[in-house]
Amino acid sequence: MLASSVTEYLFELYVAGDGVRSRTAIDSLTRMCDERLAGRYDITVIDVLVHPEHAEQAKILATPTLLRRRPAPDIRIIGDLALTRSVLDKLGVPQEGAPFAKEAPRDE
Amino acid sequence: MSEVTTAPGVAKIATGVPGLDSITKGGFPEGRAVVVAGTTGSAKTVLAVQFLRGGIVASQPGVFVTCEESPASIRANVRGFGWDVPAWEAAGSWSFVDATRAQDGTTIQAGSYDLAALLSRIGSAVRSLGASRVVIDSLDGLFAQFGHDQHFRNEFRDVIGRLADLGVTTLLTTERQSDYGPLSRRGVEEFVTDNLILLRNVLTAEKRRRTIEVVKFRGTGHGSGEFGFSINGSGISVIPHLDITDERRLTDERTTLGNADLDAMCDGGLFRDSIVLVSGAAGTGKTLLMTAFVAAGALLGERCLVFAFEERREQLFRNARGWGVDFEAMERDGLLRVVSVYPEVATLEDHLVGIAAHVDAFRPTRVAVDSLSALERVGTVDGFRKFIVSLSAFVKHRVLTTMLTSTTPTFLGGTSPTESHLSTVTDMIILLRHSDIGGTFQRGLVVLKMRGSRHDKDVRQFTVDSLGMHVGPPFDQPLGLDAPVDRSARSEDQDHASDIP
Repeated sequence: MLASSVTEYLFELYVAGDGVRSRTAIDSLTRMCDERLAGRYDITVIDVLVHPEHAEQAKILATPTLLRRRPAPDIRIIGDLALTRSVLDKLGVPQEGAPFAKEAPRDE
Repeated sequence: MSEVTTAPGVAKIATGVPGLDSITKGGFPEGRAVVVAGTTGSAKTVLAVQFLRGGIVASQPGVFVTCEESPASIRANVRGFGWDVPAWEAAGSWSFVDATRAQDGTTIQAGSYDLAALLSRIGSAVRSLGASRVVIDSLDGLFAQFGHDQHFRNEFRDVIGRLADLGVTTLLTTERQSDYGPLSRRGVEEFVTDNLILLRNVLTAEKRRRTIEVVKFRGTGHGSGEFGFSINGSGISVIPHLDITDERRLTDERTTLGNADLDAMCDGGLFRDSIVLVSGAAGTGKTLLMTAFVAAGALLGERCLVFAFEERREQLFRNARGWGVDFEAMERDGLLRVVSVYPEVATLEDHLVGIAAHVDAFRPTRVAVDSLSALERVGTVDGFRKFIVSLSAFVKHRVLTTMLTSTTPTFLGGTSPTESHLSTVTDMIILLRHSDIGGTFQRGLVVLKMRGSRHDKDVRQFTVDSLGMHVGPPFDQPLGLDAPVDRSARSEDQDHASDIP
């Protein structure tokens, strides 16, 4: 969590152990961050089997859960992170072709 | 009653909910999950908290997983039952797992997940307390967060299975749409393969009745049918149907009714374990008989407990004084307790539990209820029938000499619905009636029934003065006991007839 106080994107990824589901989620998140948020992000991976108290604090029930702490507000994504366009949109991550565009108004 | 049919290997743990262990024949199957389903307001959470409390008082800590209400709200809501959750938390015998929705909006699903975090949190709480009981309240709170697709169901079923591996006994609540109908709108059937309890909160004819039903307990015996329950200041009390098929007389010892004439009419007094019903219209002398019954008990040094549902205690005391009976002195001597309750303040189940609590606290030899008719309007016909059966079974079990009064709706007699239920459970019935004999009202009484004893079968006149009731000779003519019948014309005929010779 180095330099987290200045990092633009702060992610907490809650996983259970190091099974396939955990690795898929970690890989998916880090690849996305490297591609789109290079130098602007920080990821903390928390194993709920080792630290149930962190899961308690963050009210995590499912694993994997991605919790975007910054920018505010908190956003939760559960699952092994199939990072589709709409999920990236929700996370406020710049999309291909418009890397620094403001998030487009979402049509409900 | 049949033997407990617990299969080998299925131990049970006492729930700590009064009456529930009786209808579940020992409590919940240890190490299993029990689903408690009921409509909104059917007291699922109260039962859940009381289940954990039952463990805590037996030094078995518990974990409460709350999925809808915040821990703060649960702490506050159960304080009224005298349950100090913060104290239990401080003592290490209670721990919350807060599985309510996080404040940060809707959770988005992207890919497959499991509930390992929930399970890990529960497991951690269980291990750190050494807990043996877990509550999950409620399944619907989780459905609301995760949807109720097959993926979630599979994952949740896995959680339930893993809790069994931990060796804890789990109570899982779920909401139903209606008291009678499908188990739940979202189909929790797959989680309830073993043990299911239904709570109902039924409103019939503007009268509320709470019931609990053990639908199935896999591999173990349990009582069948719906049992009434009450929620009072100390939580839920289930009212078990006591075994009333056993009519063995527990004692042949007789005791006085409080009136020498009446004792003589029933061959030396009533049996100690009997229930006597005194039925009559207003003003026929029921309260007088009850007062004499109580006074005679106190004279013998027996404690007497009176439930007054019709008159305030001041009025009862004044009546007694008028007949030369000093209730105040008897109370001072610890021989009398008068509990005056307004019938409409509670359900019949609440009244029954209240009566039992007073009996347990005061441990009387004699009990009088004046009158049952006042309670009749509180419940439905069926509810009242069950109340009567439970009440009589209860006083029988405790071998209490019991007098019940019943007020008939018309001055000249007739029967009330109360009595049709009462006649089968009472051992002795005394009818008091006004009768119109030859143009004047007279009072008459008859011992209509006395189980296991000879008794006088005459309809006798009686008078009341400051010394009490005096039973006189039999009427020399038929007396309308069941229905108001105008006898005057007939008695005049007889009078004329006797003049003729």
